[in-house]
Amino acid sequence: MKRSISVTVNGAKWTGDVEPRTLLVYLLRDTLGLTGTHVGCDTSSCGACTVLLNGQSVKSCTLLAVQADGADVTTIEGIGDAQHLHPMQTAFWEQHGLQCGYCTPGMIVSACDLLQRNPDPSEAEIREALSGNLCRCTGYQNIVKAVQHAAAAMRAPKMERERIGAPAD
Amino acid sequence: MAFTSMMGARVTRREDPRLITGRSTYVDDVKLAGTTYAAFARSPFAHAKIVRIDVSAAKASPGVLAVFTADDMQGVGDVPTAPQIEGLKIPKHPALARGRVAYAGEPVVAVVAETRAAARDAADLVEVEYEELPAVVDLERAAAGPPYVHDEFGTNIAFTMQINGGDAESAFKNAAVTVSERLLNQRLAPVSIEPRGMVAHWEPGPQHLTVWSSTQIPHLLRTQLALALGLPEHRIRTIAPEVGGAFGSKLDVYAEELVTAFASRALDRPVKYVETRSESFMSTVHGRDQIDFIEIAADSDGRITGLKVKILANLGAYHQLLTPAIPTLTALMVPGAYDIQNVSVTLHGLFTTEVPTDAYRGAGRPEATYLIERGLDLLAAKLGMDPAEVRRRNLIKKEQFPYASAVGLTYDSGDYHAALEKALQIAGYDALRKEQERGRSEGRLMGIGLSSYVEVCGMGPSSALPAPGWGSATVRMEPTGRVTVMTGASPHGQGEETTFAQMVSERLGVPIDDIVVLHGDSAVVQYGIGTFGSRSTAVDGAALYRALDTVCEKAMKIAAHQMEANVGDLEFKNGRIAVKGNPEKAMSIAEVAFAAFRGLNLPPDVEPGLEATRRFEPPNFVYPFGTHVCVVEIERSTGAVKVVKYVAVDDCGNVINPMIVEGQVHGGIAQGLAQALYEEIVYDENGQLTTGSLLQYAAPHANQLPMYELDRTVTPTDVNPMGIKGVGEAGTIGATPAVVNAVVDALAPFGIVNMDMPCKPERVWRVINGYDGKANGKAAKK
Repeated sequence: MKRSISVTVNGAKWTGDVEPRTLLVYLLRDTLGLTGTHVGCDTSSCGACTVLLNGQSVKSCTLLAVQADGADVTTIEGIGDAQHLHPMQTAFWEQHGLQCGYCTPGMIVSACDLLQRNPDPSEAEIREALSGNLCRCTGYQNIVKAVQHAAAAMRAPKMERERIGAPAD
Repeated sequence: MAFTSMMGARVTRREDPRLITGRSTYVDDVKLAGTTYAAFARSPFAHAKIVRIDVSAAKASPGVLAVFTADDMQGVGDVPTAPQIEGLKIPKHPALARGRVAYAGEPVVAVVAETRAAARDAADLVEVEYEELPAVVDLERAAAGPPYVHDEFGTNIAFTMQINGGDAESAFKNAAVTVSERLLNQRLAPVSIEPRGMVAHWEPGPQHLTVWSSTQIPHLLRTQLALALGLPEHRIRTIAPEVGGAFGSKLDVYAEELVTAFASRALDRPVKYVETRSESFMSTVHGRDQIDFIEIAADSDGRITGLKVKILANLGAYHQLLTPAIPTLTALMVPGAYDIQNVSVTLHGLFTTEVPTDAYRGAGRPEATYLIERGLDLLAAKLGMDPAEVRRRNLIKKEQFPYASAVGLTYDSGDYHAALEKALQIAGYDALRKEQERGRSEGRLMGIGLSSYVEVCGMGPSSALPAPGWGSATVRMEPTGRVTVMTGASPHGQGEETTFAQMVSERLGVPIDDIVVLHGDSAVVQYGIGTFGSRSTAVDGAALYRALDTVCEKAMKIAAHQMEANVGDLEFKNGRIAVKGNPEKAMSIAEVAFAAFRGLNLPPDVEPGLEATRRFEPPNFVYPFGTHVCVVEIERSTGAVKVVKYVAVDDCGNVINPMIVEGQVHGGIAQGLAQALYEEIVYDENGQLTTGSLLQYAAPHANQLPMYELDRTVTPTDVNPMGIKGVGEAGTIGATPAVVNAVVDALAPFGIVNMDMPCKPERVWRVINGYDGKANGKAAKK
């Protein structure tokens, strides 16, 4: 019954057998041990499981692992680590854009997806873009501010970006 | 970052690096070798007799290790409940249903299997024959008589409480005006984004159980597991790892937790159970759910002379840990921030065939605030008076503190008028009223709502709670001068790893990077009562403050001895203990810590080591307060309510980290606003949950909430040495009536004075278009 698939996750290629019904999120969490991607619901409503699939945000609880065969997946662990924080992660930290942290990985991934498409979003555009991700702690205000700060940091000229520690293109 | 003082500084959180990089460990991230998975077969009926259970197909399903029913769990205690209310009826509440079920979603059979999927598959193969009984879902009918949820009691009334202060009857007899209303406080789901979960690991060798639970109360869980499972408490270790939100819902010991721990012991294997969101809606506690009747008596100047309240509180099918205690907080807080001498409150706690209610952010106080704040607006409408003016005339005055309320509480400190005036000024209240008047003539539906709340938190004095209420802390100076703090609080988003480190840094002069705050592990931390009721800083923080006192005193003694000086001649500043007037003669706190560790040249009456554990028993609750102003615009064609301005002036006394306080207020307002506009748990007449997923339950998204303008007044308390009050729930408590008052104000041209929550578009549209089935519809058609 199992199917063999290959997925590149955070730059590393993985090949293995999965049950056809296995969801991508459980492949990431249970098989690959990437537990930064969380599960918060069973109706594709909360967005805690958001990852990038070939550069676009998807809810990994809504995708079968077999559908990701041949794809490139980026999880929160691939966005940045404590030594190399992505400007979005830095902004969430500095703007107090998180409390319990459970929605945060999915929220950060969705926000990164937004800035790829729209480097200078308005408040309304940010709120709309994040409307697939539920946060119960922050009331969203500091999340919106974090995304605005990250957008400004990422738009800043190269010299400024080096000064603030943002990654190169 | 360099701060001249750590207290009051916007220090970024020390919790965050692990959270923003996905490197933290929540319960479902705990994976032990040989882990098995539990799944539950739950009752599809609200109320039924269990005629027969057939688990043969489930047992034969691939990967299944065990199937448990109530019969297999003889000897395991009931799901625990704490409240000590006189005459309280306590139904049996076995972890797995025995002979009957009393709500849809009640766990009946547990399956443990090698994988999550195998467990789920097998649970679906469990066959249970039920004989359906009538559902009990209407509170007023439940109060009136049969059918009963628990026949053995011959009533659905679990308890009745009557509180009288002054003489309400006379006040009403002599009143110039009275108003009355029936107010609905709908059932809500807490919806922490991380669902509940537990990993239980019984080790047969050492006869030891380790439990990772998504809980607010790791130590209380340990005690309760010991009692329920008949295990020696010292052979249980409970760990609250990273906890992804709780809002009161994890201030509990659940049936599934008893089963998971029991199963691990039965199988000698680790067992993991993490609920799905759908299971969460049908089995994690809900909040609120009251029908309240308020009557206010006043003189012609709008001064309130009497208050009568009747509360029907929906407890659900069973008592969870604090179920019946929650509405008693409503009863005690109905006078709110107002000087009302004559009060009469009648509270009935009622059984229904619904999920038990229990603590949800605010826990009883949002209901009280909603009652009195709606009541103030009803009175203002009746008198044709501005709602701000009615509040001004009735708020307790600054000079009345400490204030003895008519129902027996002592409010610690306050300047309620200052918060009101500040909020009105920031919102531009007078200009808003003028704009509203202009707008109305143009057909615009704009509303302005006020809420001047006070709430009771910092739970609390042990004598006033159904559980211990003290706080605890250990401060340990390590030989290298670093500091380890162990707190009895169990934070899950509130940021005490940061704020408590700020307290330590301020007192000991140690850089914040050299301080760690540990919590939530019974093997690491001295007994702690946990995080709930906005208590962590006010109570466990106070214990930390005391522990720092003790550490400082000992450090001074050791330094005096080593420097051959008198303690009285020394001063402790910026991490150095120096002889006054001779700053050259000094020891750093790190040097003192090493000397204490080394055990050489210590004063004869001083033990080695620089460490202290202290407990703090609060002499009273604390009473944060404030005023919120909400402005809404309603779209005529759809009934959609848009919050266009939200101003909150809160007073939680002194503040350690304003950034974290603001975050708590933001989130609190969001949840309060969500009750006003969006969220409701709905059971149909058969007791079936019709809002059982995030597709039906309207927890708000980013595009449904406004920006909040926050400010504070600062009125310290003398209940703890820092002058700090709690702030975790205040936003929620203040917000709900501010929003509803704004909506009702916007709809005033249609002749309505009240509207039930949530004020969703359909409901608002019906009022606008005269289809709300009430007399005010006629006004709309004019």
